[in-house]
Amino acid sequence: MNRPPSPTHHWHAQGTEWALVLAGDWRGGAAAALSAPPAAAAGAGVVVLAQDLSDWDAGLAAALRERLAPLARLGVPLQLDSLPQDVRATLTLALPQAGAASPLVAPPPLHGLAALGQRLAEAGGQMLLTATFLGEVLLALGRLLRGKSGLQRIDLWRQIEQCGPLSLPIVALTSGLVGLLLAYMGGAQLDRLGAQRFIADIVTVGMVRELAGLMTGVILAGRIGSAFAAQLATMNAGEEVDALRVLGVNPIDHLVLPRVLALVIVAPLVWAYAALVGVLAGALPTALVYGVGLREYLSQCLEALTWTHLWIGLFKCVVYAALLALAGCREGLHAGRNAQAVGAATTAAVVKGLVWIITAATLSTIVFQSLGF
Amino acid sequence: MAYGTDVVLHDISFEIAPGEIFVVVGASGSGKSSLLRHLIGLQPPAQGQVRIEGQDLYVGDQASLSGLRRRFGVMFQAGALWSAMSVGENLVLPMRLFTRLPRQAREQRARLKLALVGLDGAFDLMPAQLSGGMRKRAALARALALDPALLFLDEPGSGLDPVNAARLDGLILQLREQLGTTVVLVTHEIDSVFAVADRVLFLDEVDKTMTALDSPQVLLASGPVRVREFLQRGHGATVAAAVARA
Repeated sequence: MNRPPSPTHHWHAQGTEWALVLAGDWRGGAAAALSAPPAAAAGAGVVVLAQDLSDWDAGLAAALRERLAPLARLGVPLQLDSLPQDVRATLTLALPQAGAASPLVAPPPLHGLAALGQRLAEAGGQMLLTATFLGEVLLALGRLLRGKSGLQRIDLWRQIEQCGPLSLPIVALTSGLVGLLLAYMGGAQLDRLGAQRFIADIVTVGMVRELAGLMTGVILAGRIGSAFAAQLATMNAGEEVDALRVLGVNPIDHLVLPRVLALVIVAPLVWAYAALVGVLAGALPTALVYGVGLREYLSQCLEALTWTHLWIGLFKCVVYAALLALAGCREGLHAGRNAQAVGAATTAAVVKGLVWIITAATLSTIVFQSLGF
Repeated sequence: MAYGTDVVLHDISFEIAPGEIFVVVGASGSGKSSLLRHLIGLQPPAQGQVRIEGQDLYVGDQASLSGLRRRFGVMFQAGALWSAMSVGENLVLPMRLFTRLPRQAREQRARLKLALVGLDGAFDLMPAQLSGGMRKRAALARALALDPALLFLDEPGSGLDPVNAARLDGLILQLREQLGTTVVLVTHEIDSVFAVADRVLFLDEVDKTMTALDSPQVLLASGPVRVREFLQRGHGATVAAAVARA
């Protein structure tokens, strides 16, 4: 059985032109080894001589296009007549016209210190963007207080409708479970001291002051913060935000402020609901496992509940709501203009919202404890 | 015009007369949409000015800039209808923001604009319920909501069937003739260029600048080679399609 002739090629000067001579079997990956034309070919013409070509596939046309395209772009005459008809037809379509724009080239990836520098610069740019966004929101709030805001009441009402009622079932479930857990674990410790009646104190103070707000924040970050980001990012991608800007409408007044205010208005109600459900759920293990009656439990809850706990819990919940609404709106309004960017903005809104909430929870707890509250 | 250090277009200078239909053409990537974003106040130029009625679009207090922006209407390439509102609300919103018209008058005017673009009855539909071509026509109606003196249209004919594309060309001509509206049109549709344009600005994607500015007939006869090729291909394709239909 005869082996196919090996692929060979060489460039040589032929009068005023340069000739590329191709011979043998060019199937498979052989064409990738085709060498570039000599630099002098750019000032002359090129003729391809392929009479001794025995076999080939699409790879030959691909390799020839890559090697000859820079010459074609410069307007160098190319004679392709001796190439097989299918290769010639493909090249005729694929080679650029003389004077055509250079192909787009992706910038080379950076490594080491350069990559680190680029990331730091990007992070700095993002922080600056966040600071500018927060400044714009504060200015919009100022306009609202002076009665000069473009905020529409109907937009605010629509957002309140979307933020509140639909979150209640999931908030009830999570807060109930947290209340139950708090009572069960707290009871296990207090049982050793015979102080089961103080389970109510742990559940009440824990839920009202810390956990109801935190759970509300986490749920709203997943449900509402992500929705804000997705809505605004989709509007951005569809040029809807630009359509507002050219109309002279400030997108912060029209899109961000209603969402932030709606969440700040709704969050205390959801927080109160979460705290109530958590405290009531805590009664279950307290009664069934530790033998404290419902009346005694509720009475101890009321005794443990002070205005300080209520105000601190309410304050935290409002702060969390504002933070996650801002995170969602910031990511959505500054998202890229494609489907992938919408997804990225949604994810970033949830992650950023949670990080901001937990940071705020930690800082506020330390501050309030230090101040003796 | 640049995004960061990436220069998109340079050495661009032209004036548009009141009542003129001014068309911007060029190959994909030549910077047509970027030029439009600069003209409508969304992207300040790296150097130079954009002046409308003698006022710099990017310099001045917020009130005067807002007043200037209200003088023009923009139809975006993909329509950019506000998706949370009905088609009618999309048209009513600019009137609600910038006029003192009572609700009934606003809605009547919105229905009139919709009828102008062949969307009579679409007032209560949501944008998602419209086809792509209908969304573009609704966007044109919204651009007309405040009866602008200057109208910017980004690829209005793409995605429209031939009947509606021709109807749109007719509407543009009527707006100019009946209301004296100045129209700036960015398009790939060479049929529309010859149907409506007073002057054509050609942007070259290689040189990243304007290479021709004249009436389409003059450019077709004696413009630079690349401009003639561009116009001939579109024009030739139209003639060939007409012959094929015949």
